[in-house]
Amino acid sequence: MAEKPSQPQRLLPWYAEIREEDTPLPEKTISVSKKTHRLVMQENIAGYLFMLPFLLFFVGFVVYPMFMCVYTSFFDATMNREDIFIGFQNYVDLFNDPVFWKALTNTLIIVVVSVPVTCAFSLWIATLISKMPVAATSAFRCIFYLPVVTGSVAVTMVWKWMFNNYYGILNYLGKGVGLLDKNVNWLGDPKYALGCIILILLTTSVGQPIVLYVSALDNVDKSLVEAAHVDGATETQAFWKIKWPQMMPTTLYILVITTINSFQCFALIQLLTSGGPKNSTMTIMYYIYYNAFKQYRYGYGNAMGVILAIIIAILSAVQFRMGKEK
Amino acid sequence: MATTNPIEKRKRNKRAASIASWIIVCIFALLFTFPLYWIITGSFKVKKEIISSTPVWIPSKWVLDNYQNLMGKRSAPLFELFGIAGPTGPAAIRWLVNTVFMAVVSMLLTCLTAAMAGYALAKKRFYGRTLIFTLIVCAMALPKQVILIPLLREMSSLHLYDTIWAVIFPIVGWPFGVFLLKQFAEGIPTEMTEACRIDGASEWRTFTDVMFPMIKPGVGACAIFTFINSWNDYFMQLIMLTSTKNLTISLGIATMQGENSIDFGLLMAGCALASVPIIIVFLVFQKYFTKGITMGAVKG
Repeated sequence: MAEKPSQPQRLLPWYAEIREEDTPLPEKTISVSKKTHRLVMQENIAGYLFMLPFLLFFVGFVVYPMFMCVYTSFFDATMNREDIFIGFQNYVDLFNDPVFWKALTNTLIIVVVSVPVTCAFSLWIATLISKMPVAATSAFRCIFYLPVVTGSVAVTMVWKWMFNNYYGILNYLGKGVGLLDKNVNWLGDPKYALGCIILILLTTSVGQPIVLYVSALDNVDKSLVEAAHVDGATETQAFWKIKWPQMMPTTLYILVITTINSFQCFALIQLLTSGGPKNSTMTIMYYIYYNAFKQYRYGYGNAMGVILAIIIAILSAVQFRMGKEK
Repeated sequence: MATTNPIEKRKRNKRAASIASWIIVCIFALLFTFPLYWIITGSFKVKKEIISSTPVWIPSKWVLDNYQNLMGKRSAPLFELFGIAGPTGPAAIRWLVNTVFMAVVSMLLTCLTAAMAGYALAKKRFYGRTLIFTLIVCAMALPKQVILIPLLREMSSLHLYDTIWAVIFPIVGWPFGVFLLKQFAEGIPTEMTEACRIDGASEWRTFTDVMFPMIKPGVGACAIFTFINSWNDYFMQLIMLTSTKNLTISLGIATMQGENSIDFGLLMAGCALASVPIIIVFLVFQKYFTKGITMGAVKG
């Protein structure tokens, strides 16, 4: 028992000791091992009973749909008709679908632009506000979180107004400053639409990273920083050589969640552009929705979902690997 | 001379840097609060000021036209209990009732199931524990939208489609709460629960009387997190709810934007109605909320 450290101790809380003490007596060993068995069973049953309510919902509404997603992707599925097995045909169609490639490219553009910008911006703001008095820090933390709390629909609607061709505030400001010489149809122009989406996405995605970075900066070992200052390190050196490595786990977590959030950006696109103009803001997420609700191509949409899940899994794995190496 | 003194100089540089950072942060803070300001002022503006090409920064006249418009637009029974419909009223009120109901029920169910499951995952050694935990972590990395089609078909075969439960159940099944509360429960010494068991308390008593009070801060964080997220979970609501009386407030507003002409005053009134309550909830409980965010990330 003692050779395997820690695990048995936790696994068999109190009867482990009883068993060791009682081994010399054979008849007791039998009864104790029976007892052991009973206790293990009890632990198992209790564990499962406590898990049960959650598992009902988790298996029913998350795990089961996950498997169904993979399963249905091999079928030609639509409304009010039996599914027809077609093997990999959905995937073949997908790879020959130019809109899918456009959607994939746009999604990747959103991720590649928004993830680094979000991380850098939130780190910058967090370092600035963490030096302020406590009240100011928490006030600013709230303010930067506001767009997230306001809700995607409200945020999207107000931006829609601000981007408006005729009475939007952005055109007014642009002309006032002299950047624009005539009104720009921000969301109706393939050149600008995706950029506008990314801009709004940025405002709603920095809230959480800022909260995380502020608390990470708080948890940095202060004595190390002070020691570095005594040794003559500058602010910048202390930051990159001491604080940054200590915050690596937080950065990693932020990278992963921001990536997932950027992939998920949906309300913005559905409410602002519906993927247009000319598919310039079509993303995988919206294309899945479009296939399911406008075309009723369930199997095809699911195949896309599977591809998306694989891409996210690979990206997360890569990010974790990179984080671990550092 | 004071300026040549290096310590003095460093101090002055520091002051300058601090002032600069205040200015920068304040500018960004203004930019981040502006949309909210624009929603609230916009909802009180007269039509002429909303469509003027020169923005009206502060409404010259605060009017309730937009709210009256919103209330008079559509109507629905104010509530329905066990199939009995309440008095008919503005649909927007019904949407608010739906949203509050959905958020509260998801919050309660999530907290209860997540506290129990988090406790079991942290303290109980049962077969398949690692497998379940792996599944939970995998599911957390998955975008919810990937499972939308199977979920939709499942809900319609369960006859839950276009009911508020179709939105609630997937939220409860989402494993973030379990993950969060597992972290909390792991921080509680095992001796505490064991001592309780040895003293003869049942498993359930151990959980309710010993474990639960100790993970209360975690449950609070989980509650506020679920409440805000479910309030704003537009996507699930969009795919699951269709009839006017079943919509939530954010979904209701989204359906109000016409194809060609958009009445921004009306929309802003709706947005204010949808976001102000949740912002107040957030500001009141923000301490718990921040804790929830950071706790969830500790071992990410």
